[in-house]
Amino acid sequence: MKKPVFNVTDGTLVRGKWNHHAYHIVNKLGEGACGAVYLCRKNGVSYALKIGTESSRLMLEVNMLKKFSKVQGVKLGPSFVDVDDWVTSTGSTYPFYVMEYIKGDSLAAFLRGKKKEWVGICAMQLLSDLEHLHQAGFVFGDLKTDNLLIADSKVQWIDVGGVTAIGRAIKEYTEFYDRGYWGYGSRKAEPGYDLFAVTMIMLETVYPKRFKAQKDPKKTLQEKLKQAPLPSEYKKVINDCWQGKYYTAKGMKEALGQILMKRAHPAQTVTRKSLHHEAAEWGEMLGVTFIALVFYGISAWNLWL
Amino acid sequence: MNAGRLKQILLITDGCSNYGEDPVAVAALARNQGVTVNVIGVLDDHQPGEPQGLKEVESIAEAGGGVSQIVYQKNLSETVQMVTKQAMTQTIQGVVNKELQHILGERKTIEELPPEQRGEVVEIVDDLGETCQLEVLVLVDSSASMHHKLPTVKEALADLSLSLNARSGSNQFSVYSFPDPKHTIKQRVDWTSELSAIHNLFSRLSSGGYTPTGPALKEALYAFTNKSIRRDEGRVDPYEETGF
Repeated sequence: MKKPVFNVTDGTLVRGKWNHHAYHIVNKLGEGACGAVYLCRKNGVSYALKIGTESSRLMLEVNMLKKFSKVQGVKLGPSFVDVDDWVTSTGSTYPFYVMEYIKGDSLAAFLRGKKKEWVGICAMQLLSDLEHLHQAGFVFGDLKTDNLLIADSKVQWIDVGGVTAIGRAIKEYTEFYDRGYWGYGSRKAEPGYDLFAVTMIMLETVYPKRFKAQKDPKKTLQEKLKQAPLPSEYKKVINDCWQGKYYTAKGMKEALGQILMKRAHPAQTVTRKSLHHEAAEWGEMLGVTFIALVFYGISAWNLWL
Repeated sequence: MNAGRLKQILLITDGCSNYGEDPVAVAALARNQGVTVNVIGVLDDHQPGEPQGLKEVESIAEAGGGVSQIVYQKNLSETVQMVTKQAMTQTIQGVVNKELQHILGERKTIEELPPEQRGEVVEIVDDLGETCQLEVLVLVDSSASMHHKLPTVKEALADLSLSLNARSGSNQFSVYSFPDPKHTIKQRVDWTSELSAIHNLFSRLSSGGYTPTGPALKEALYAFTNKSIRRDEGRVDPYEETGF
């Protein structure tokens, strides 16, 4: 919505009003709807610092980050470090929070030049994390490539602002990844909401510019899937997901896993050429059998006579 | 704590009012009556920046205690639901702030609390936003310059009910358009919880050369008041499904 009005430049010292910790801003990492994220340093350690204008929204994110550090010993999202208010030299107050800095590549950069099976592997990693999150009673909500990084060949979540308790209304969404926008369901926080977003992330790997819904959103999506240069087995999983075949991240992960395992084996596939060949062979065999039978018949008849 | 029933008027327009009373004054009156006024100014996709006529948008919303936003047509869906939700949170925060002042005995808002306590309070605000009952009266400017934008408005309204109906709390929407030669505003959809699949939403439009935003807002406010009278008499079930 509105652009942040604060002026944070490289080298700015952000000091907390309550906890008195000071962070040196290094550079900007990104900008979102309700604030900007900066790389910062304190005592030689790098952190990510998010500063915003909407205090309540930022606090809800902090609450989520804190919750995440406790989810069944599995680390979902960056760890929480600090939350405070920063009073600028002009006297305005801005809320900010500090979290672990995750250094990595965007999904698009990571997939560049890699084989298509990596799309499936990344999707499976995402689904594994989602499985834990769903079991803890939450959905990710605003699941999109902007909120992901690949660090050490592993998908990591960097923005947990959209995480919503299961059963509630999705807090934040981005149209391209939103099943409601495409006419494939509600905006209620259910595991299926995240699974749909995973299929859109898979599609985005072959449509990097994304696309918009035409008059009939479902039809647009089906056509884009049909034209997508993805392995047909992936397309089937994507379509199955849209048709509501998967209720859990686990189910969809298993379907993808089967494909990836199968592709590791040498070709078991039957090409059209060999099919043709086989049919010809069959014809030949039938012919021989027929002639043999005729001869047998004649000889049997002769014998009877 | 119970936030109860929140009432909002959502005005969707593309220009300046040029007839009747001052819409800013009517918005202030609405706020006083417990009805929040949100305003969305819709630009044509090729229109540059913020034109003169849309300055009014911000003043109306400010007086009405609501949220305003000027957007291009293509972003209307996202904006309509965002503005509505934001205004909802704003209203609830206002209520909570009052409670805080009551408890703490001083002028203190959520933002001024130490982070720990603030974290607890925003959870309460969030819970109330999820569970409160919401009534939105959508008031659509359907003067000539808006005609070609109405299909987009229709889509955005369907999307709004999709977003809000995902909440646990119940929703009621009604849609009015203006100008109407006889009654200033014309009811297009009676109170309902579902705004998708409404056909002929903006059929038979009359296009006068005037935009009576102020009088239209006032009529919308009356419509709201009438609704609560109807409800209080208990003759009409407000949650009755209406067929179209």
